[in-house]
Amino acid sequence: MVSTTETARLLSGNEAMALGAYHAGVKVAAAYPGTPSTEILETLAGFGDTHAEWSTNEKVALEVALGAAYAGVRALASMKQVGLNVALDPFMAAAITGVKGGLVVISCDDPGIHSSQGEQDNRHLARLAKVPMLEPSDSQEAYDLMAVAFDLSERFDTPALLRSSTRISHSKSVVRIGHTRTVSDAPVHFQHDVHKYVMLPVNARLRRPLVEERLVRLAELAETFPFNKIFPGDSSLGIVTSGVAYQYAREVFPDASFLKLGMTFPLPQDLIRQFAAQVKRLIVIEELDPFLQESIRTMGLKVTGKEFIPRIGELNPGIVEAAARKAGLLPPAESPAVAATVANLPKRPPLLCPGCPHTGIFFVLSTIGQRHKILDAQGKSVKESKLVITGDIGCYTLGALPPLDAMDTTACMGASIGQALGMVKAGVASKVMAVIGDSTFLHSGITGLVNGVYNNGRLVLLILDNSTTAMTGHQDHPGTGVSAQGQTTRAVRLEDLVRGIGIADVKVVDAFDLKALRTAVRIALESDELSVIIVRGDCSVRVPRREGPRAIDAEKCNECGVCFMLGCPAILSNEGEAYIDSAVCVGKGCTVCQQLCPQQAIAEAAP
Amino acid sequence: MKLDLLITGVGGQGIVLASDIIGEAAMAAGYDTKKTDTLGMAQRGGSVVSHVRIGDKVWSPLIKEGDVDILAGFEKLEAVRWGSYLAPGGIAIVNSQSIPPPSVSRGLEHYPTDEEVVDILKQGIERVFLINGTAQAKALGDIRTLNMLMLGCIATFVPFVGVDTWKECICRHLPAKAHEINIKAFDLGQRETQNVCSR
Repeated sequence: MVSTTETARLLSGNEAMALGAYHAGVKVAAAYPGTPSTEILETLAGFGDTHAEWSTNEKVALEVALGAAYAGVRALASMKQVGLNVALDPFMAAAITGVKGGLVVISCDDPGIHSSQGEQDNRHLARLAKVPMLEPSDSQEAYDLMAVAFDLSERFDTPALLRSSTRISHSKSVVRIGHTRTVSDAPVHFQHDVHKYVMLPVNARLRRPLVEERLVRLAELAETFPFNKIFPGDSSLGIVTSGVAYQYAREVFPDASFLKLGMTFPLPQDLIRQFAAQVKRLIVIEELDPFLQESIRTMGLKVTGKEFIPRIGELNPGIVEAAARKAGLLPPAESPAVAATVANLPKRPPLLCPGCPHTGIFFVLSTIGQRHKILDAQGKSVKESKLVITGDIGCYTLGALPPLDAMDTTACMGASIGQALGMVKAGVASKVMAVIGDSTFLHSGITGLVNGVYNNGRLVLLILDNSTTAMTGHQDHPGTGVSAQGQTTRAVRLEDLVRGIGIADVKVVDAFDLKALRTAVRIALESDELSVIIVRGDCSVRVPRREGPRAIDAEKCNECGVCFMLGCPAILSNEGEAYIDSAVCVGKGCTVCQQLCPQQAIAEAAP
Repeated sequence: MKLDLLITGVGGQGIVLASDIIGEAAMAAGYDTKKTDTLGMAQRGGSVVSHVRIGDKVWSPLIKEGDVDILAGFEKLEAVRWGSYLAPGGIAIVNSQSIPPPSVSRGLEHYPTDEEVVDILKQGIERVFLINGTAQAKALGDIRTLNMLMLGCIATFVPFVGVDTWKECICRHLPAKAHEINIKAFDLGQRETQNVCSR
């Protein structure tokens, strides 16, 4: 729990943004969980005196915040980088209508793809929407820039984009808290203004020039914006940088001159020219795309950066230093001797947890469709997969990894259902099954399923319902019936929802009953109509119920290795001999390995 | 002054909390500090790495390869994986627990032996401490105290933070009923490294 009053705190960027927004008087905040942005809304939800909600998806979250801003209060929508893709429609709309109360949109980019389906540089979206963009370089700025962003939003009648990245959001640094909470005491009132808020073409055309005029005024402000700052140093090298890249650049070039940009759109062109004139060589150090570099080059200045700084992945001081050596900015150096040995160590890929409700169903899917190629005596594959499984985004995406190997596609939130229908309509010979989690289904799977009903799609949908948004750290969602601030609300029952759109063949199956899972999947695969199986079981991390760990009887075990096909982290091996780690085995609440073992060698451990 | 610590292990071992406490203790001692965690996408069982940087002024939250003064590995494989990050003259504190990844469980890859772990780490540095932390935490009555035990080991090499500051920071993060056992674990860790150091 983050204190709202202490004067100096060690805060993550996300906590600092939440506290900054709180002190800036935010009244409505909405988000959908997504790494690395999740903790912003979580922290705000703990403060009180602000409506903080998990919305069904990022588009809805931004629309909620936009409505609040129209009503004159300060509002916030936070999301991960791909979340802004989902919310791009209201984001663009907000950019043209403008706001009344301040509206800040936080986009947390994920360079290096720590936990995303792709890498994208959302700085481009500020340029697309023609809205101001601020980039903090540590938690202090994450805190300070929130108030600035709300102020800019109101003064310029525009949403403001605050762009963070994994390393800003998920690193802690010292924050000196300068304010307490101040909330506007103006009465909440929506001022009717059809020309501003009703974007019929006739009105949108009237708003359009205002957007361009706003941009000109913002560019003027950028010239004297206090977070755009020159740090004079050795004039032989001048570095333009922003965000966390500034920290890496300072680390690697302690003596160089710096132009650090806190506002990266629109750019302060005069300030950049002034800086360029002060230094002999001008470079840009930025993460991902040459966003700043290209703009500066377009100004007619001689500048380099992406010629040696990678445009792929997350930067760090080592990468920046190596790039600088390659570019001749630093003398060459040797790499340490240990590096080579360490590269050959076994990897530790992410896994489904012990007692995960997804393990059983993925084991069934990996075997029922004969997806595992079984080798004949000559070592040739004799069986081929007869089942295509379109997948989605959540913990269950790990079902794509060995040994389960039971997912064929993962693109974006909710895509599994549309993709499955597309494959069916294209006429693939295999059976097609879509797999989606409960939170993802409510996020954007519903529309795909309605489409499947409408377009008569003969597919099977598995909704893996663990009653939480697990991968981002167990947030509630409409299906759990608990709000972000802990109030009980009406839970959306998935089976009612699915039946409500006209699907007759709906089954609910226990996630830990292997036989029932196999039967349900088999029947659904033979069905000629759209069928839905809801696989229900609590997340073993959110609902700990460790009781009666299982053990393997070494006398009965014939080392067939089938239990290893589950990929359960509790099942380990000592020189080929399988054993269960009783400290992590969930036991009675799972028993999937016990149901599976052909030798019946697994049972409750002796106390 | 600068001190860079890398805390590594497996998700669920309490690494993030331990590194939070180091950062807060350093701040309480009057230093600038930054810390950051890399967790990957798994809730449990994945590789976890925490960078903690302490100094008069800290820029990057990430430590540069070859700059780590203290590597604390809560699990052997995850300790040795980050060996190349150690600075010459750095030290490694390694909990002798092994948590084999699935490729090892399925017999596809080899888990390094204790000798190999020490040998690889000693390619770059001289001081490697192998600690039987998990067994000691278990003997204490709660395996989850491993992180505080390791913190105690680490504290031996962070002379500018007083014992009281460490304990205050620990208690601030834990419910009252968990204070006693975790402080015990911390003391145990301190003794462990102090013993090994004097040997």
